[in-house]
Amino acid sequence: MSETGIGAAVKRTEDQRFLTGAGNFVDDINLRGQSYASFVRSPHAHAKIKGINTSAAAAMPGVLAVLTGEELVADGIGPLICGWNIAGKHGVEAHNSPPHHALAVGKVNYVGDHVAVVIADTKAEADDGAEAVEVDYEVLTAVVDTATAQDNTIQIHDEAPANLCYDWEIGDAEATDAAFADAAHVTTIEVINNRLIPNAVEPRACLAEFNKGTGDWTLYVTSQNPHLHRLVISAFNQVAPEHKLRVIAPDVGGGFGSKIFIYAEEVVCTWATRKIGRPIKWTAQRSESFLSDAHGRDHVSKAELALDADGKFLGLRVNTKANLGAYLSTFATAVPTYLYATLLAGNYTTPAIYCDVQGVFTNTAPVDALRGAGRPEATYLLERAVETAARELKIDPAELRRRNYIQPDAFPYQTPVVHQYDIGDYGASLDKACEMADVAGFDARRKESEANGKRRGLGYSSYIEACGIAPSAAVGALGGGVGLYESADIRFNATGNVTVMTGTHSQGQSHQTTFAQVVSEQLGVPMENIEVVEGDTDKGPFGMGTYGSRSLVVGGSAIVKAADKIVAKGKIIAAHSLEAAEEDIEFADGIFTVKNTNKSLTIGEVAFTAYVPHNYPEGLEPGLHEQAFYDPVNFSFPAGVHICEVEVDPATGETDIVRYTAVDDFGTIINPMIVEGQIHGGIGQGVGQAMLEAAKYDENGQLVTGSYMDYTMPRADDLPSFDVGTTSTPSPLNPLGAKGCGEAGAIAAPPAVINAITDACGVAHIEMPATPEKVWQACQAAE
Amino acid sequence: MNSFEYHRPGSVTDAAAAISGADDGKFLAGGQTLLAVMKLGLAAPSDLVDLGGIADLKGIQVKGGAVTIGAMTTHAEVNSSADVQGAIPALASLASVIGDRQVRNSGTLGGSLANNDPAADYPAAILALGATITTDKRQIAADDFIVGLFETALEEGEMITSVSFPQPSKAAYKKFKQPASRFALVGVFVAQTPDGVRVAVTGASSHAHRAEVLEEALGNDFSPSALDSVTIPADGLNSDIHASAEYRANLVKVMAIRAVEACG
Ligand SMILES: Cc1cc2nc3c(=O)[nH]c(=O)nc-3n(C[C@H](O)[C@H](O)[C@H](O)COP(=O)(O)OP(=O)(O)OC[C@H]3O[C@@H](n4cnc5c(N)ncnc54)[C@H](O)[C@@H]3O)c2cc1C
Repeated sequence: MSETGIGAAVKRTEDQRFLTGAGNFVDDINLRGQSYASFVRSPHAHAKIKGINTSAAAAMPGVLAVLTGEELVADGIGPLICGWNIAGKHGVEAHNSPPHHALAVGKVNYVGDHVAVVIADTKAEADDGAEAVEVDYEVLTAVVDTATAQDNTIQIHDEAPANLCYDWEIGDAEATDAAFADAAHVTTIEVINNRLIPNAVEPRACLAEFNKGTGDWTLYVTSQNPHLHRLVISAFNQVAPEHKLRVIAPDVGGGFGSKIFIYAEEVVCTWATRKIGRPIKWTAQRSESFLSDAHGRDHVSKAELALDADGKFLGLRVNTKANLGAYLSTFATAVPTYLYATLLAGNYTTPAIYCDVQGVFTNTAPVDALRGAGRPEATYLLERAVETAARELKIDPAELRRRNYIQPDAFPYQTPVVHQYDIGDYGASLDKACEMADVAGFDARRKESEANGKRRGLGYSSYIEACGIAPSAAVGALGGGVGLYESADIRFNATGNVTVMTGTHSQGQSHQTTFAQVVSEQLGVPMENIEVVEGDTDKGPFGMGTYGSRSLVVGGSAIVKAADKIVAKGKIIAAHSLEAAEEDIEFADGIFTVKNTNKSLTIGEVAFTAYVPHNYPEGLEPGLHEQAFYDPVNFSFPAGVHICEVEVDPATGETDIVRYTAVDDFGTIINPMIVEGQIHGGIGQGVGQAMLEAAKYDENGQLVTGSYMDYTMPRADDLPSFDVGTTSTPSPLNPLGAKGCGEAGAIAAPPAVINAITDACGVAHIEMPATPEKVWQACQAAE
Repeated sequence: MNSFEYHRPGSVTDAAAAISGADDGKFLAGGQTLLAVMKLGLAAPSDLVDLGGIADLKGIQVKGGAVTIGAMTTHAEVNSSADVQGAIPALASLASVIGDRQVRNSGTLGGSLANNDPAADYPAAILALGATITTDKRQIAADDFIVGLFETALEEGEMITSVSFPQPSKAAYKKFKQPASRFALVGVFVAQTPDGVRVAVTGASSHAHRAEVLEEALGNDFSPSALDSVTIPADGLNSDIHASAEYRANLVKVMAIRAVEACG
């Protein structure tokens, strides 16, 4: 291993600019003549718009324009879209899809919904103008509750009877019923997966400009996938033709999924900039982020697990009601279906699985993918069920899992719910985690806590997740409206340094470092001579972006493919220069050598030759610049075991995570330090979901956790020092042997924490977030 | 945020003149509450009278068995003051659990008391220690100062200049933090004073208040076990998304016990 190649813990090259305030985020960019947008948002969860009076606002100082949904529709701007069709039970071919205009037409459906936009010379003038817009509302009763939305007599959208988006199923209902008929024991649980607000450190922002001279638009936007933004805004919203729209996502300060989606503000500003003839900037206030970023999770589920007398899983039956919010966000429909129920086999050989999901509309913010997107919900449900079964059957929870694991020799393994797992060794992760967590010493530690008036608990989470969603054809067959390949473009410059472009986009994942390491390893070029370029549709090739832990597995693989093409061409050039046969050229560590000789050329010399092709192979194109698109054959399946140990103060319910052990199998790891950072952040977010975070709406649909005074984010002192370890079964399905790591922590942690807390309190269940009050009540109840 | 007139007087007299000359003026101390409220459009004063330039409002003095702290003294200064740490360590440590570092470096004793947030920490300290609040017009006993939800005995334009805390023989403050804001979900300040045991509770109801049941039990026997048989009624305590009244009642008792334990 070289000092900067695959496996090296290279320090992040992006740290210098981020830590010294030299990052370049959307709000840092200012254009000449720039104006500001402020959105008039609905204060009501559900209301008819009887009229909008914009005249007072239009007359305010500095106000340039006040625009409403009427103008938007008149200009032919298409509604916001959801890109994944979900077919339902009983042959229903498409989900119900009410129109979602970027500015409301006739009706508002959640608090924060966009009613009008005011554009003014300054931000303050735009805000004052927005306050002066008079909207006449007829307030309607709000539908808020996930579990009962279908039964509510109030129907939000004409297109969605019973507030149902879809009633979807997966698996074999009959085989599952048969499995239950044979069961010696059935464990039943009911769990809520709490609604979360993403809270990226950088609020969403956009800056749109129309150039009268060229007829081109430029949109700077907080995006995890600028090419997708360009595609959707042109093809569906029809604001600008694709070749005339440049989308630039500069540095992005966190996304966690929330910046995948194409939002109203971006479409409106891109549309309005041409109308008013000036650039328009919009940056969300934090309170707007709370109201209008797509939220995550929000499931209400019931699960039944059938076991035989030995504790072998026979069948799993699940019903889930998933809250999709007021409108469908860009990938909303896929999250509680194909990204969720396909993971219900977990690490286990459960032969029969059936799950049905009712996706419902409510008068709340749209709900879409958030770190893990469906897999945290599946893992939480399954690992709570398995833990509960172990307690009911008095089988050690680690042992029960071990008994049901898919064995290492069983791969590739076809689950009853779509996925074919490529490789894994779950027992190895469990053994290592138990050892690192000193499970053997737990009883003694528990006694010690009890002697101090405290309670101690241990909780396991054995997870698998599917990331790098693929291949495109399968995604299409399941209703996805996009391909899920990735692109890479490697351009050697004549002076021997390298520009690498991909369609992914880092929002904190350190692509600049990791991808440079991959290229350095493949091409033998020092890291400092490699520039990774992302986030500009005019620079790199079309690619799908960063989410679902796909960037290394899919994007990194595309880079490897492009590097292979560079080497292949380099060999032809080297063979010519060195007067040898092409088959005799070997390439290693950046040097082309004629086999068994000391005749060689560096890749830099080859690049120079390619750009100054005086003595050059006949018929070969000059230049050393290759592109590759990589469409994986399957998802990748990282898996692992997390063990959480807590100490609870029964007098107050305060819970201290005293030990947290994570053992993950990510296959080949490029930069272990960066991967560890991803794990830490993921666990932090998972602990947040398990103990702290909850988005709450009151019965009128008002968000009552709309600021940091009321919405609890995890802070450093809420988290312990993590013990992180790895096992490795490299994926046979991609050239790096890699698996995604970005979401694993957020997927694994919630059940580990709740299993530990319920163990400590001696109760069957505590709903997330397990706040001190809920834990205190559980301790009281257990007494 | 609306525009306003900004004043920075150099003396208490000039500040009083500035505020009485204003339509709807407000004193600006650390701005940790006021500026946020203005940004949200919940307050729109015509004039801000910044007290930051008045030397008389700053500083800490220990004299005659009392610690007197200027209204403009920041939480961080109270926390790090050797005088406060020596005379009333519980007060110094209370200042260290207010907000975060930035808040403690800007927020002031006077601002906190004038604001009288139902979950603020200092109101518990003034009640339990029997402090006296000095204004530019008069002296007000702590028991009379706290009136209601965000409501104090201060009159329109009246300025807190300092607060005097008699030194207790023993005192401790225990705070259970609301997880999001980290204000007090419940905070209990217990003090053995020359006038007997005083216990004050913050965070639990509309405003900080003395807890007579606890005072009585501890007056007879100043020990944690004296509180074992005490029940705190949940009636009248706040119930909100962060905690039920029952849970707050439990915390009042547990924090009181822990405060007594901390008194040693
Ligand atoms: C993130 C955050 C966390 C916080 N956490 C806590 C916490 O845990 N515990 C806690 O107790 N507090 C907390 N606070 C509040 C903090 O202590 C504030 O400093 C305090 O409430 C107000 O003090 P200030 O000096 O900033 O006053 P300002 O915000 O400047 O003023 C507040 C009010 O008091 C008036 N005023 C100010 N000084 C005087 C005076 N001398 N005489 C008369 N009126 C005056 C002002 O006109 C205004 O109405 C927190 C604040 C923030 C922002």
